[in-house]
Amino acid sequence: MKNTPRPISKATAIRQNLSRFLPFALLRLLGLFVTVVIGVYLTILIANMGGKVDELRLLQIRTTVGEQVRADPAFFDMPVAERDDIIESRVTLEVKRRRLDQPFVARSIDYLLAAVRLDLGRSEEMHSDSGAREVSAIILERLPATLLLFGTANLAVFFSAIFFALRLSRRYGSWMDRAVIALAPTSAAPAWFFGIFLILVFAFLTPILPAGGMVHVPPPEGRVAWGLSVAQHMVLPLAAMFFSSIFISIYSWRTFFLIHSSEDYVEMARAKGLPGRLIEQRYVLRPALSPIITSFALMLIGLWSGAIILEQVFNWPGLGSLLFRAIGHRDTPMIIGSVVIFAYLLAITVFLLDILYAILDPRVRIQGGRS
Amino acid sequence: MTSFSRAFAELRRYPSAVAGLLLIALLLLAGLFAPLFIPYGEALAKWRGGDAWRMYPVNAAPAWTDWLAGNNNPRTQILSTRDAPRTQAHFAGGRQEHIALHFDYEADGFPSELNVFLQTDHSARAPFVRLTWLTPSGERFLLGGQRVSAADRISISQHQLLSQRLGQAPHVGLFAQPASRNPGATPVVQKGRYTLAIDAILFGDEATLEADLVVYGRVHGIAGTDHQRRDLLVALLWGIPIALAFGLLAAVGTTLTTLFIAAAGVWYGGWRDALIQRLTEINMILPLLPILVMIGALYSTSIWLMLGVVVLLSIFGGGIKMYRAMLLPIKQAPYIEAARAYGAGGFRIVIRYMIPRVLPVLIPTFVTLIPTFVFLEASLAVLGLGDPVLPTWGKILNDAQTQSALYNGYYYWVLAPAVLLMLTGLGFAMLGFAMDRVFNPRLRSL
Repeated sequence: MKNTPRPISKATAIRQNLSRFLPFALLRLLGLFVTVVIGVYLTILIANMGGKVDELRLLQIRTTVGEQVRADPAFFDMPVAERDDIIESRVTLEVKRRRLDQPFVARSIDYLLAAVRLDLGRSEEMHSDSGAREVSAIILERLPATLLLFGTANLAVFFSAIFFALRLSRRYGSWMDRAVIALAPTSAAPAWFFGIFLILVFAFLTPILPAGGMVHVPPPEGRVAWGLSVAQHMVLPLAAMFFSSIFISIYSWRTFFLIHSSEDYVEMARAKGLPGRLIEQRYVLRPALSPIITSFALMLIGLWSGAIILEQVFNWPGLGSLLFRAIGHRDTPMIIGSVVIFAYLLAITVFLLDILYAILDPRVRIQGGRS
Repeated sequence: MTSFSRAFAELRRYPSAVAGLLLIALLLLAGLFAPLFIPYGEALAKWRGGDAWRMYPVNAAPAWTDWLAGNNNPRTQILSTRDAPRTQAHFAGGRQEHIALHFDYEADGFPSELNVFLQTDHSARAPFVRLTWLTPSGERFLLGGQRVSAADRISISQHQLLSQRLGQAPHVGLFAQPASRNPGATPVVQKGRYTLAIDAILFGDEATLEADLVVYGRVHGIAGTDHQRRDLLVALLWGIPIALAFGLLAAVGTTLTTLFIAAAGVWYGGWRDALIQRLTEINMILPLLPILVMIGALYSTSIWLMLGVVVLLSIFGGGIKMYRAMLLPIKQAPYIEAARAYGAGGFRIVIRYMIPRVLPVLIPTFVTLIPTFVFLEASLAVLGLGDPVLPTWGKILNDAQTQSALYNGYYYWVLAPAVLLMLTGLGFAMLGFAMDRVFNPRLRSL
């Protein structure tokens, strides 16, 4: 098809695009916000089993307070009735502190409003290593560990997968290509599963690497020694994550690139005699850019949740094991806190991707307001 | 059907597909065999543990590890007085019995434990029993005497006095060569014929006494045993049908419901489609595993509840967007127009015309989805949220982890369920990947 250039200046084109795009963006933002609110509220409901957890918590408060008072030597000589009064008043105080005396619906709305304002509140059962009870402090304390491990692993997998996939798509059918295809099914097993084998081989059969944890106990003195110790502890979980997803990633990117490089315009470029590198950059990679960016962004927010089981298996002090412990403690603010942040990150990413698509892909840009 | 048989013939050209099919067939066969071998109720009762396993060794490795490593570790020997000769001498008001249990011990390693189980049936006073140990070299050890209640266990391994006298655990010292029993020396097994002599005094004419000597081995069966003496074979075998059932049901449940919803959304369009799209986005925010963990921790860890939640949460899963993209062009296809022309309703079109059209493309996805759910079940079990009664692979892994199996060197405990999980995963994944290349027209030319 031959397009005749329209007789409008670039500035008006941009303005036209913007006027179409802005309402679309606003609508999208609003929709995403509603999505986040509903998702978070559902999480609140699930985390409380519709208020069922409250009964458990009430019982728990009653037993702990009762035990505390009965075990306290200061109250030993007191008559039973008086002691019961003390227990009762302390239980009431504790119930008030956790606001369990209010109906669940009211509390859930409060949770929601606070969560949406990103006011994560205070944890009920857990505290950070420095003793803070703020959910945000606890999460921030665990975040570096998760980011370090999962960031390194996912970035390594992502970039090496794309690199190898491009090379393989250039010479598909070679022995390397076939090897990757043959190995791809191994990715059916999750990373923790590979982790078990790696621990078995490298921590017990030939004990050269630590089986779990993040640093040696006690932590070594000095920054370099500490860093080396962390690096040593990272090797096995990194390897587990790398092996569990590298082959499937290479395989699917390779297939993706192959499909893109069998398009007519690529054949055309090849027929013109353009050099391979140029074809790759201009004709294969460029139209494939938006899926690549999407999966990169989704991978980045996937980092946030960590991986509960991998962290449990390797005893890694990250967000996954934090969430697992929070669930074990029935610590609602903690659970909601981590889900809320995940929801926000996801929504922001989706929104940014929408805008990015509009910039990258002219088809989306032109349809923008209508779709 | 011809297209299916053609696809199958094409599949046979892929060695990985054949290998995957073989693996799946083997697993299915074993899965069918498990209920015949150990009935469901019996498997559950056995896996609960307890007294049924008292004559099994604790943490014994599978017998084949012995063969692999070229060792000669002992197997469990159970000697019953029911088939041993006994001499009786009567006295007023009762009788004296002497029973000798002989057995040959030819293994290189020491037993892991030594117990005597006694059952008596008496109406008058409880019988009195005295045990004597005779080694091949003629040494004689008194293992003490005691009154016996209806069903009693004499744990020779935990005999304090004896272990002080021997300077070693009794089940080592009693089997060691006299010279190697000195402190500082490594004990060496004394091979030959051992005897446990049981001298009992029974009161009343009808009183009876039976005893079982159990010399616990260090290897057992084809799967070994765990910390509760349970034979791992029960869980390894029953894990197959459970894993397959969970994987298949979850895969069927999630694919079909998602496909149906996507097709309905595409067909009806309008606000219904928009609603489905928004629900999918909300669902994206809910993290699956933490929700499963929450439900497991707060409510119930029943495998069927988990299955239900998995299906429920993935009804509006990410698959919808993909299916929508596939179904949108189909909506405009002439054959659907033809169906509308003869007056087919919306439901009929969705079920009979739209879904069957994309089904072949989805079969590979479906097959590769199965191991994901098998591993999901194992993951939950490893977190300690496995089904409370069912014997599954994940629960073996969880037990092994809580008992630090790797640290203690019980590698078999981790390896056996892990290898089975791996084989299941590989079988379905290899088949699925090959199918993908056969069924997906875009990949076929590549």
